[in-house]
Amino acid sequence: MAGATIRPVLSLRRIPLVALALASLVLVTTALVFVFYVAPNDANQGFSQRIFYFHVSIAFTAYACFVCGAWNAFRHLWKRDPRADLESYVCVHQGTIFGAMVLLTGSIWAKISWGHWWVWSEDELVLFLILYLFYCAYFMLRFSLDPGPQRANLSAVYALFGVVLIPVSFAAIRLAKEFLHPRVFTLSGPRFGGWILVTYCVAQSAMLVLAYTLYRIEIAGKRLDLRLRELRDVMA
Amino acid sequence: MSYVRDVGALARKDLLLELRARDTLPAMLLFVAAVFVVFHFALPGTPSRLETTGFLWVAILFTALLGLGRAFVPEREQRTMDGLVLAPCDRSAIWLAKSLATLAFLAAAEVVALPLYALFFHHVGGAILLAVALADLGICTVGTFLGAMAVVTRARDLLLPLLFLPLAIPIVVGAVGASVAHAPGKYLAFLALYDALFAVVCWGSFEFVVSE
Repeated sequence: MAGATIRPVLSLRRIPLVALALASLVLVTTALVFVFYVAPNDANQGFSQRIFYFHVSIAFTAYACFVCGAWNAFRHLWKRDPRADLESYVCVHQGTIFGAMVLLTGSIWAKISWGHWWVWSEDELVLFLILYLFYCAYFMLRFSLDPGPQRANLSAVYALFGVVLIPVSFAAIRLAKEFLHPRVFTLSGPRFGGWILVTYCVAQSAMLVLAYTLYRIEIAGKRLDLRLRELRDVMA
Repeated sequence: MSYVRDVGALARKDLLLELRARDTLPAMLLFVAAVFVVFHFALPGTPSRLETTGFLWVAILFTALLGLGRAFVPEREQRTMDGLVLAPCDRSAIWLAKSLATLAFLAAAEVVALPLYALFFHHVGGAILLAVALADLGICTVGTFLGAMAVVTRARDLLLPLLFLPLAIPIVVGAVGASVAHAPGKYLAFLALYDALFAVVCWGSFEFVVSE
């Protein structure tokens, strides 16, 4: 049994999928209720500022997925853990899905706040565009190779490049602003505290649990697929 | 010391191959000249120095891509990659030597491209030259690494620009910033940092790209 070697720290894997699905349903519903009914209206941006709770928590979740992907990639390269390659791929896949949602929610927010669907002055949005391009290329790379150790290695190395690119790109965007946009937008940042903080925390945990549930579902599906293929090969 | 000798031998092999076959460098030179002419017609009116500087960097990046795409083609066509991997030297030497050879091609192309740019558009200052040197290092180290990855895939040449361009965005930011800013020091430092960081990452992980 592979499960016997898992240390208690990683016991997250032992939570049944049904429990996770239920937890994400409850948390996402609670987050929606908090965002729309409990959180106070923003003084400057009014009702529309509420998209912030989703936008930021989805962005943080996407980062978490990319970092997990890189961690699993590292495990593959370092420890040669046979499960790590698939886990790294699924993490990056979930991260890319959440990344697309960051671009979508960010775009809506930009339209409401500045009247344009896209603003180059919003650091996080630009960063996600770069990361999105980067991780889309990850899939091109992966699907352009036959399954095997070489595909696992190249995917892992590229996923590791991703976590190096995140801070470097962020610094680059901040630097670029100085010659591209001398006028820096100063968002009256949400002052955390009270219900705003509670709502954000609920939304954040909802997104993290949702991402983990989706990850588990995808990985279960992928493992089943692999097993089926193995059985077919045996039968043939 | 033997590491340096290995790198030197491998780089000399690539330069010698180019000297005999003349595949890459003439193509890069012709490409960069053609791109400048295209830019002239793509920029209506009299373009400002700011605009042409941006285009200079697009031209350099795409010319580099042309050279990077060719970097591992001889290894694929002659099936010499297995031999290189089996050779009794550190595998990162293969990447370093290939980066140096590509750097030599790119620098040679720029020796022609920069005066041509000065002739067609605006003069080239010292900050641009420094930025070119630092950006070339980043482009060649990261680009060669990704070239080695792309060459083993089915998509091959198609894949390299897709893998490379998102990683090249910080280089473009640093290079354009250094070229147009009044105080280019910060941007040059950023370029140097990028070069050092990615050179270490590439050096450390090239082993996994060529071995199973």
